[in-house]
Amino acid sequence: MLKKRVAMQDIAAETRLFNSRAVVAMLVVCGLFSVILLNMYNLQVRSHQDYQIRSEGNRIKVLPLAPNRGLISDRNGILLAENRPVFSLELVPEQIDDIETTLRRLAQLIAISAEQQQDFLQQVRQQRRFNSIALKERLDEQEVAVISVNLHRFPGVTVEARLSRHYPFGDLFTHALGYIGKINTDDLRRLDEQGRLANYAASREIGKLGLERYYEEQLHGTMGFQEVEVNNRGRVIRVLRSVPARSGKNIRLSLDVGLQLTAQQTLNQSRGAIVAMDPRDGAVLAFYSNPSYDPNLFVHGISSSNYNALLHSPDRPLINRATQGIYPPASTIKPHLALLGLETDTVQPDTKVWDPGYFTLPNSDHRFRDWKRGGHGWVDVYSAVAESCDIYFYDLGIKLGIDRISDYMRQFGFGERTGIDIHEEASANMPSRGWKRARFNQPWYPGDTVPLSIGQSFWTATPVQLALSTAVIVNKGMMPTPHMAAELSSADSSELVDPGLRPAVNVIDEKNWEVVADTMVRTVATLKGTAHPAFKKALYSSAGKTGTAQVVAIAQDAKYNADALAEQHRDNAMYIGYAPADNPTVVFAIAVENTGGGGSVGAPIGRQLLDYYFSAGVNSNE
Amino acid sequence: MSSTMVDPAQRSGKFAAFHIDLPLLLGLLALLAFGLVILYSATGQSETMMKAQVIRLGIALAVMVGVAQLSPQTIRRWAVALFSVGLLMLVAVLLFGYVGKGAQRWLDLGFMKFQPSEIMKLAVPMAVAWFIASHNLPPRVWHLFIGFLMCAIPTLLIAKQPDLGTSLLIAMSGVFVLFMAGMSWRLISFIAVLVSAFAPVMWYFLMHDYQRQRVLTFLNPETDPLGSGYHIIQSKIAIGSGGVDGKGWLQGTQSQLEFLPERHTDFIFSVLSEEFGLIGVILLLAIYLFIIGRGLIIASKAQDNFSKLVAASFTLTFFVYVFVNIGMVSGLLPVVGVPLPLVSYGGTSMVTLMAAFGVLMSVSTHKRMLANV
Repeated sequence: MLKKRVAMQDIAAETRLFNSRAVVAMLVVCGLFSVILLNMYNLQVRSHQDYQIRSEGNRIKVLPLAPNRGLISDRNGILLAENRPVFSLELVPEQIDDIETTLRRLAQLIAISAEQQQDFLQQVRQQRRFNSIALKERLDEQEVAVISVNLHRFPGVTVEARLSRHYPFGDLFTHALGYIGKINTDDLRRLDEQGRLANYAASREIGKLGLERYYEEQLHGTMGFQEVEVNNRGRVIRVLRSVPARSGKNIRLSLDVGLQLTAQQTLNQSRGAIVAMDPRDGAVLAFYSNPSYDPNLFVHGISSSNYNALLHSPDRPLINRATQGIYPPASTIKPHLALLGLETDTVQPDTKVWDPGYFTLPNSDHRFRDWKRGGHGWVDVYSAVAESCDIYFYDLGIKLGIDRISDYMRQFGFGERTGIDIHEEASANMPSRGWKRARFNQPWYPGDTVPLSIGQSFWTATPVQLALSTAVIVNKGMMPTPHMAAELSSADSSELVDPGLRPAVNVIDEKNWEVVADTMVRTVATLKGTAHPAFKKALYSSAGKTGTAQVVAIAQDAKYNADALAEQHRDNAMYIGYAPADNPTVVFAIAVENTGGGGSVGAPIGRQLLDYYFSAGVNSNE
Repeated sequence: MSSTMVDPAQRSGKFAAFHIDLPLLLGLLALLAFGLVILYSATGQSETMMKAQVIRLGIALAVMVGVAQLSPQTIRRWAVALFSVGLLMLVAVLLFGYVGKGAQRWLDLGFMKFQPSEIMKLAVPMAVAWFIASHNLPPRVWHLFIGFLMCAIPTLLIAKQPDLGTSLLIAMSGVFVLFMAGMSWRLISFIAVLVSAFAPVMWYFLMHDYQRQRVLTFLNPETDPLGSGYHIIQSKIAIGSGGVDGKGWLQGTQSQLEFLPERHTDFIFSVLSEEFGLIGVILLLAIYLFIIGRGLIIASKAQDNFSKLVAASFTLTFFVYVFVNIGMVSGLLPVVGVPLPLVSYGGTSMVTLMAAFGVLMSVSTHKRMLANV
């Protein structure tokens, strides 16, 4: 068998055959290695750049760093909005052997609700094990102390501090400062539209109201970032590059804590608002709306019961009465109308009008009454303003006509937003023929002009508008822009806020300004002046104008609770004023709802305000 | 010139006394050394893993030297027995096997778990070579048929475990014997056509879902970048970002930051490519090519057909391991789970491979003694 096979074997031919196959095999091996090499060349040389970029993209992540929000202080540097550390109890799951036991032991030290534990365990399941997860937020001081002392017993447990907004004066500055709150989807959309969304990658809160909202861009600051190397699970391996965040600008306001407190105290339990400003530059010195509320409630998310209480309170604390309170200006606009009368030569300073106590339109027997039964007798422009004679202004209004009144009063800023540096501002209403046609589809009747001439019926104004119109009188036609922010400053620079003055009301005869100012001085100074009783024995000179609106609280504001209307049928007290009488440094407007007359309620508040203003020297350094 | 020729000849003569083929040994040692360097980086500088690998290497080298002491005749005599035992064990695995990682591949022998498919990697080419070499070359058609049958039975048994990659590699090692034996090119073409016709049958009836998924992912990895395409994408990023000269040893971000999956086993080539770049790749391929070339030279110089066929088949199978692994991590082939031979971390396959190289050394070093006898 073996012999036969060997005999038939052609060893040479078999070797040739095998060797040729070996050569083929080697060629195939070389060929396939070439394919590998060609592929490697493609990957490592030709596409190297692409893969290099993708490799970097894999490993490098950018972590945003939130900037510290700018601080807000009053004119003297007293902090009104600050950042305080709040402490939270956090756990890193991967550093803890037995989470259940750790939770149980922590719960023996401080109160941890079942809900907090559930939320925490939920987070543990969802997050990476090396991420720190909050178990309890906003620890109080005692809790921080208890945990800190026992920290060595709890590996993987930390007390983390982060900064949180705090308003130390509580409700005193709420309507000026506003507050910050958690960023919501509307905020995100707005930021996106403004192209500022990227700067908020690390931010949790945003200005929601007031100055916090208006100056959001400046207060927020610029986000920093850390470029870190991460592994495939996102754990940070090392920091490659770090760009620190730039804090937001600090804002010094022109508001004065003392004057603000005085405003709050004088308004006491009444609904109303006080605005005081420097007429020379529009710097707001006091800005208070009563009642107010604590803005700190909103910072960490207000509870629904607290929010509902604010929302449904009949006193409507959420309304910013200083800029959104729409009040009939009543007699406070008589000086303005007097100027128009003088300017148009409708009356002269010495023109006398007989006031029998009522006024009738031609071809009508409807009697428009004066507030003083029996009338003031003969009045000129001085006594008409100082004693607040209605008949004089009914007569003047009819002679001027709605068109001239409407156009001219608009120049004083009525019917327009003042442009104060918060967004919550109403334009109120300066009526005109066109407005009435559009609003009621009715023509303007002379009967509409009569009450309009004493600042009633359709004419409404906000306290800030009234203060601004007073500044225009004081400035002889020049109008400032009211602003509460005085100075924005960062670590290396600061800028003063000065929107400047602009000509608003032009007069033909400059002397008319003095006449108008004189009428307001006489309101305070003369014995029969409506504000005279309030300013008896004042150590300073001032001027003013009272107003008493005989209407329900905030006209045309249908949001008012109907149940509460009955008790709100009393007059609104209005008062505008300035001081010192010559060279004024402060103008102000006061509106108090449903408490009484401008002379009996409004002017005394003005007195207290100015008493403080001069005794404390609020504005004297300017 | 002649003096330089003498020296290595003499030295290899000394090594030959211990049945060691010096060029093959040097090639293997170079590969193992390079492999350890890469592995140190790929294991994240794990000393325990390095120790384990070095111990395995020692065992594998000992097995190689041990096998080299057996003469090809002895090996040939054992071939059929080994094949039969392996076949029985494969049946046993299917009946009582230990299930691990969703597949039934291990046989629990009481003191150790054992993969019979590892035996078949050696036994199949040896048994087919034994059968083919017992007749004249080139083999006749019915000899080939029986040869194919000898490949097919263990292949199907292993494919059933399921371990498609290993089963195909084992089938291939048997087919290499038939090819080297001189199977006619006409028959080769015919079989090629038959196999392509069989492919759809395999796709629909034999392949498991996960295997089909692998092929689909291979065809277009970017469709599923976070799922099954993730591995291949990350591997290509590692390779591509390595560039010509690499990111440096231990500096590969893809591998050190664990974006690269299975980096110390199946995807170790990507670690090499990332850290040593194209230069490192060329060096590794050169070492592999040298070993493969040396293997084929040993085969062609062997004195009997059994030795030739077994040596050539082992060498070509070794090449297939290299090609499949590199092909899969660089996106040329689907991911089949074949380690990079003698570089990837892991034991059994390394011992098997080194046993095969022991056979090659035996073939290389026993012939002269045979001639002298």
